[in-house]
Amino acid sequence: MQHIISVLVENKFGVLSRISGLFSGRGFNIESLSVGPTLDPDVSVMTIVTIGDDQIVEQITKQLNKLVDVIKVIDLTEKEYVERETALIKINTLKEDRAEALRIADIFRARIIDSSPNTYTIEITGDVKKVEAIINLLQPLGIKNLIRTGRIAIPREEVKSAVSRETSERRAVSG
Amino acid sequence: MKLTGSEIVIKCLKKENVDVLFAYPGGVNLPIFDVLYDEKAIEVILCRHEQGGTHMAEGYARATGKVGVVLVTSGPGATNTVTAIADAAMDSTPMVILTGQVPTYAMGNDAFQEADVVGITRPCTKYNILVKDVRDLAQAMKEAFYIAGSGRPGPVLVDLPKDVVLAKTEFNYPENVYIRSYSPSLKGNKWQIKQAAQEIARAKKPVIYAGGGVLASGASKEVRELAEAAQIPVTNTLMGLGGFPGTHPLFLGMLGMHGTYWANMAIHNSDLIIAIGSRFDDRVTGRAADFAPSAKIIQLDIDPTSVHKVIKADVPIVGDAKTILSDLIQQVKASGNGVAGKRQPWMKQIEDWKKEHPLSYDQGDKIIKPQYVIDKIYELTQGDAIISTDVGQHQMWAAQYYKFDKPRTFLSSGGLGTMGFGFPAAIGAQAAFPDRQVVCIAGDGGIVMNIQEMATAVQYGLPVITVVINNKYLGMVRQWQQLFYKGRYSSSFIGGPPDFVKLAEAFGAVGLRALEVSEVEPVLKEALSLKKPVLVDVHVDEEENCYPMVPAGAAIHEMVFSDADSNKQAAKSGGKKTTGVLTA
Repeated sequence: MQHIISVLVENKFGVLSRISGLFSGRGFNIESLSVGPTLDPDVSVMTIVTIGDDQIVEQITKQLNKLVDVIKVIDLTEKEYVERETALIKINTLKEDRAEALRIADIFRARIIDSSPNTYTIEITGDVKKVEAIINLLQPLGIKNLIRTGRIAIPREEVKSAVSRETSERRAVSG
Repeated sequence: MKLTGSEIVIKCLKKENVDVLFAYPGGVNLPIFDVLYDEKAIEVILCRHEQGGTHMAEGYARATGKVGVVLVTSGPGATNTVTAIADAAMDSTPMVILTGQVPTYAMGNDAFQEADVVGITRPCTKYNILVKDVRDLAQAMKEAFYIAGSGRPGPVLVDLPKDVVLAKTEFNYPENVYIRSYSPSLKGNKWQIKQAAQEIARAKKPVIYAGGGVLASGASKEVRELAEAAQIPVTNTLMGLGGFPGTHPLFLGMLGMHGTYWANMAIHNSDLIIAIGSRFDDRVTGRAADFAPSAKIIQLDIDPTSVHKVIKADVPIVGDAKTILSDLIQQVKASGNGVAGKRQPWMKQIEDWKKEHPLSYDQGDKIIKPQYVIDKIYELTQGDAIISTDVGQHQMWAAQYYKFDKPRTFLSSGGLGTMGFGFPAAIGAQAAFPDRQVVCIAGDGGIVMNIQEMATAVQYGLPVITVVINNKYLGMVRQWQQLFYKGRYSSSFIGGPPDFVKLAEAFGAVGLRALEVSEVEPVLKEALSLKKPVLVDVHVDEEENCYPMVPAGAAIHEMVFSDADSNKQAAKSGGKKTTGVLTA
């Protein structure tokens, strides 16, 4: 099963290599990996998409946690989360295909961010299914170049149910 | 007052109470050696090869429980340590390896003696650090010692560029260290401990399976207390030997591929396994799918990744063995009344297995059996020596026939299986304990892999006794070729050179030889009395095999006890020998 794992790491020299080395050294899969800074400049967050059965994913999260520079590991798949991926897709367009390309972009609410007489570059952001769907539709037109960021994900904020909100309000009143 | 980086390194070592440093100088670490020239509190042992020096630090660390420290130069000096670092990582040996590095401004330019040592050692260290600024040096040193020695111990490498050790700064050694991303948990989960106590009270056929973690944690006393309080027999892994008294009536010997029959049978038939600081290594479990089919498993380990890695634990308890056991013993004592009687049939059963297939060999009156040599070493050292071994048949015989009563008296390369480990490790142990009897049991293959350290032993007057179990073969390889490759001894014969007696003498050590049974005892006695580095070349039966044995791919109760057994087994499986996932 696919898991999205969010890893908070010290923003230090060699940390990416420690993480990728852990995956290659122990034969774990990386489907995608994206890294970026957080609000705290000393901390980076990595989003790793990996595949494995429960036992393997348990090992992955434990082994990640064991690395000295890893601050926190969250397996988002166990929670509610939202995920996004951005892809930049450059397509070859024959004259008669240009309108079709625009239509497809429109349907997916993608944007044309660069245009030349024979190409369009399309930016699409969405969950992985959406990105893959537009790629499938554009493929017959001829994709010249495709770059994907890899998935990033964030846990959904837990919304308290109406009942619990009511009790907490009552508590606030009585307190 | 400002100090140079080199002075800071040495100050840090003193703050960490380092008394012995295994070292080899070279271009970029000369500034540090220059400081060492005037340093009286640290004894520098100049090894003859950095791999040897690093194994010495391992031997020192394993014998003392302290962090072993190595100082080498950049490039080849550093890469030579890699095997020993990987060895230390596998066997959880606390070490700090200080490597010189070319100056920061030259790094990445393929400078003379430059290697990306932090990159090379990343997967085989617990942690490694490149110090780019002298102001970070003291903190890095503090963290290195803290990480190496805490939690599941391991090797930490600190890479020191030459300009950093030459630069000056104020020296402030941090008293405490806090790393937000690293805090090993020591105390076990209370609820889980309670569960474990209940399982122990319920069990009719329990076994304690204790590994190297018991030694790392210093929990030998607690293991014994638990075993005695609840009347539970104990088996040790190779790494765990000495963690429970080898002469104790509850001791089953080592388990696994060359473990005792009764230890393996006890594990296979048990209804409860209490794993303490042991990681269900493939040499222990045999075919994992058939490991202890009816046992519940309680697993104590400080490393969460050891839990559920190979075998699913029913009651996992993550934390320090000593701490957890102290809590567990209290609960067991409180709940487990009259357990001893309940377990008598189990103890009787184990006794029967022991009678069925005891460890044995046939010592005739001429050709020396290797097991006999180990027996004699045990007898003559009264079981009180620190024993190191290399890797192979002699290692297994040492584990089977020497009875280790005290922790930290058996030094062997378990996880990585590094030939060439034993001799330098013995030197390291001897450097730590100059007055104790240290004996290296080696094979004629492994001993030459680090024989150059004989010069070190002689130079520093470290009276290590090396007993070479010389069968003219890479014995374990030959045994596998005999059993699994139709006796085709491809590249396993190594008889002939060198003449070990002359070799020892060339280094200025004493060389002795035993060719017949009658010579073994007098020669060993002489060696033990000399108080000098001695190499004893004992010519043993060339084709003696190490039994009992769990063939590759078999479950641990499917043992073979003799060549005849092995042949039968081979005939039965129709020549298809390796059916499982076990690899050589």
